[in-house]
Amino acid sequence: MPKVNDFVVKFANVNGSGSASANNMFAKAVFRMGIPVSPHNIFPSNIQGLPTWYEVRISEDSYLGRREGVDLMVAMNEQTIKEDIDAVVPGGFVLFDSSKSLSRDLIRDDVSYLPIPLKDICLKEFDKPAQRQLFKNIVYVGALAAFLNIDFKVLTELVSDQFRGKEKLILPNIHALELGHQYASENFDCPLPLQLKSSDKNNNKILMDGNTAVGLGCVYGGATIASWYPLTPSTSVVDSFGKYCKRLRIDPGSGKNKFSIIQAEDELAAIGIAIGAGWNGARAFTASSGPGVSLMQEFLGLAYFSEVPVVLFNIQRVGPSTGMPTRTQQGDLLCCAYASHGDTKQILLFPSTPKECFEFAANSFDIADRLQTPVIVMSDLELGMNEQICDQLVWDDSKAYDRGKVLSEEQLEEMEKFGRYQDVDGDGIPYRTYPGTHPHKGSYFTRGSSHDANAAYTEDGNVYAEVMDRIALKFETALQYLPEPEISDMSRNRLGIIYFGTTASAIQEVLDSLSKKGIALDTLRLKAFPFHTSVKEFINCHDLVYIIEQNRDAQLKSLLKIECNTNEDQMHSILSYNGVLITAQHIEREILDSMPALEDTGNIPA
Amino acid sequence: MSYIRKPKFQHPELDENEIGLTRRDYEGTLTTLCGGCGHDSISAAIIQAAAEMSLEPHKVAKISGIGCSSKIPSYFLSKAHGFNSVHGRMPSVATGANIANKDLFYVGISGDGDSASIGLGQFCHIVRRRINMLYIVANNGTYGLTKGQLSATADLGSKTKSGEESLYDNIDMATLAIELGASFVARSFSGDKQQLIPLLQAGLTHKGFAFIDVISPCVTFNNTDFSTHGYKNTWENYIALSEVDFVPMRKEITTAYDAGKDKEITLHDGSVIHLHKTGTDYDPYDKENALHHINEHKKQGKIATGLLYINQSTSDLHELQDTVDKPFNSLGNHDLCPGNEVLKDINETFR
Repeated sequence: MPKVNDFVVKFANVNGSGSASANNMFAKAVFRMGIPVSPHNIFPSNIQGLPTWYEVRISEDSYLGRREGVDLMVAMNEQTIKEDIDAVVPGGFVLFDSSKSLSRDLIRDDVSYLPIPLKDICLKEFDKPAQRQLFKNIVYVGALAAFLNIDFKVLTELVSDQFRGKEKLILPNIHALELGHQYASENFDCPLPLQLKSSDKNNNKILMDGNTAVGLGCVYGGATIASWYPLTPSTSVVDSFGKYCKRLRIDPGSGKNKFSIIQAEDELAAIGIAIGAGWNGARAFTASSGPGVSLMQEFLGLAYFSEVPVVLFNIQRVGPSTGMPTRTQQGDLLCCAYASHGDTKQILLFPSTPKECFEFAANSFDIADRLQTPVIVMSDLELGMNEQICDQLVWDDSKAYDRGKVLSEEQLEEMEKFGRYQDVDGDGIPYRTYPGTHPHKGSYFTRGSSHDANAAYTEDGNVYAEVMDRIALKFETALQYLPEPEISDMSRNRLGIIYFGTTASAIQEVLDSLSKKGIALDTLRLKAFPFHTSVKEFINCHDLVYIIEQNRDAQLKSLLKIECNTNEDQMHSILSYNGVLITAQHIEREILDSMPALEDTGNIPA
Repeated sequence: MSYIRKPKFQHPELDENEIGLTRRDYEGTLTTLCGGCGHDSISAAIIQAAAEMSLEPHKVAKISGIGCSSKIPSYFLSKAHGFNSVHGRMPSVATGANIANKDLFYVGISGDGDSASIGLGQFCHIVRRRINMLYIVANNGTYGLTKGQLSATADLGSKTKSGEESLYDNIDMATLAIELGASFVARSFSGDKQQLIPLLQAGLTHKGFAFIDVISPCVTFNNTDFSTHGYKNTWENYIALSEVDFVPMRKEITTAYDAGKDKEITLHDGSVIHLHKTGTDYDPYDKENALHHINEHKKQGKIATGLLYINQSTSDLHELQDTVDKPFNSLGNHDLCPGNEVLKDINETFR
């Protein structure tokens, strides 16, 4: 029986060899055939010469997380070929460049080999050295089209789309695809028992990466200022913002820019610029990752205490310190939830798809303005830098930006007295003014030192405490402006799962697989911190809740214990922190392994 | 420091300026700095400068870092918004504020610890970015709030009150600003109002990054005979490269100037700076010459003051980035959101 629309193809390449666009073309072709597909880059912190992988999961069931085991390995990297071949499941396939013969120790008898003389074909067919190198990648994509039954027309259309404006490149690329296709068809029994069959699963879907979606969301959310310092994996957020601003934010009358991008000297300046802009009434953001977020801690405390709106996108990578700059982790929860010294708390949002990256990015500016505090959008490398299928983006044109409690000149004129930090409405959110609004009303002094309700400096401990308590109240009010958790059922089952962000990609697969084994779980996907009351209720409604997260120290579990005052016994951590996306198989194994212990304690699954 | 409340009493016959405001409308809260602190003279000079220029107080944004110097914004222009941010990071906050609204006057107040040590990086980069603002360093060569440590502007061999000697070369903020491309660089002394006020006015009017290094003695920790930032040394070694007059755009020029010795600099809005009685052929348009003069004086233990350098042909950040005329903070949904129809087209590029 052939495997149809359910397998993993992995490309092992040398970085800097031009493989990325060819591999991307392969994934996009599968997408355009209507088949659910999820590509994952596993790349080095390097520009040229080190191993890089591109893992493509194809799943008619729409399981878009990673899956363990590789069905077809495109083994293009001599440095890693041994381990790459070892990673192939029994019965799987290895495509390799047979211009040089394969050494004997690489021969496994439980996998099939697909030798293609890529180098020789390219030497013969192309004159320029660069083309001879680059087109090896395109030739293997052509061969895969024959092996897996990719609609060749889809590939040629992709090439035409990709090189629109550079028409000279279209024909040689199509020629390279044909060379691969022809060689595979003539020398092997095509298609293999791994096959693609056109489907209809991708109607109204798009294939997009999270960082591109964040940048676009910032444009839609009304951000005018991005200040940043280059840092993998956050860099492409600002690249995307800049790209869309150049298309969408040029004033048609004057040709001038309705945006400003400042590449700052470091992350301290990056967030300082965003805070200065937020203070002065413009929507501003910065994007960074672990090391940069560490540098921003002092400023985050200033914005928390002086109540200045600002948005920070934390595209998390593996820490601590430099860690693994090009691998993924959800390791910054604790350092962001309580960022900065003293009693602080920060608003966190947890997108799990590119569509949510777009929506949360746009909404984060409303939330920051409404609450007058930083909002940290917690994405990660997996979500930020990998293309993922999601529903197409939609914008509600009737929705106006919520600029929060900002007083106009007229409102100030009618007021008897303005006090910047007075809790007029009893919700903990004070009123603010922009500099320059009124000739003699509404000015105040913003400071990170202790202040009273009128923003005047004070060292009166009671007055300080009143301000701190009022800010705590503001964070209770915050809940009504934050996205609620997604809950499958509050108490249908005795076991539950809490997860967030990129872990979401594995969950449906876990549930379906466990359901076949008679185990059912309720689920709760977190979208924001501080937590809504339903989170505590969910934990209390279950005998045991699995807390799934991608870090070593069970940071989410700690946060839940602190914030929801929940019992250690009610929560069981499932952790993954090897730098690649958690798999459904890993989660399922951990759950099944915990079962005997549960039975011992009487917590037998329903 | 003073612990009394500032009296609300106002002299009924205080002169009104062109927009009907008196000097009192430009004041701030009562100072909490030490009696005789140079920084209070800077506040007073800013108050007088702004009042004479008929600046609308609420159209000014005052931004500072941390330290004694960074308290100064409390003590002038209470009708203006102020932001006392974090140590050494005033430049970034001022940059963001300026980008958000190009239509205000920005006054950044910093100190030598704030700008020459912890914030030196941010100082360099705000100069490079040509933010349209007046940046003042109240320079006393010491860390006052932490009780008298040497700062990076303390001259080699200079001694603190406790006798600690500076073993390292100092950082000269004025030459640094010139080298980094500041388009208006001056040095003055908090004790010389006559020079400081017109420089402040010229700096506020100058379009681009205006920097004034103001020697502002710390009476408590760095006013000894061995300090190069104390009153004694400054008075004794202070050389004005020129005397400065500032004539705002609308005012008639009433002083008689000597055409042979005087220089006239017309600013972008029509205001005029007069440099006169220089006694030298000092050319403030010449960068190399400015650096040469400052360094030559320094070799002799002298402090060159006045308008050191000016260049009126540079663009500010908004011009470099070609931003729209309307301030960013006044742009709304209609200006900023591309809408759902455009999003539909964008979706198509991801299929």
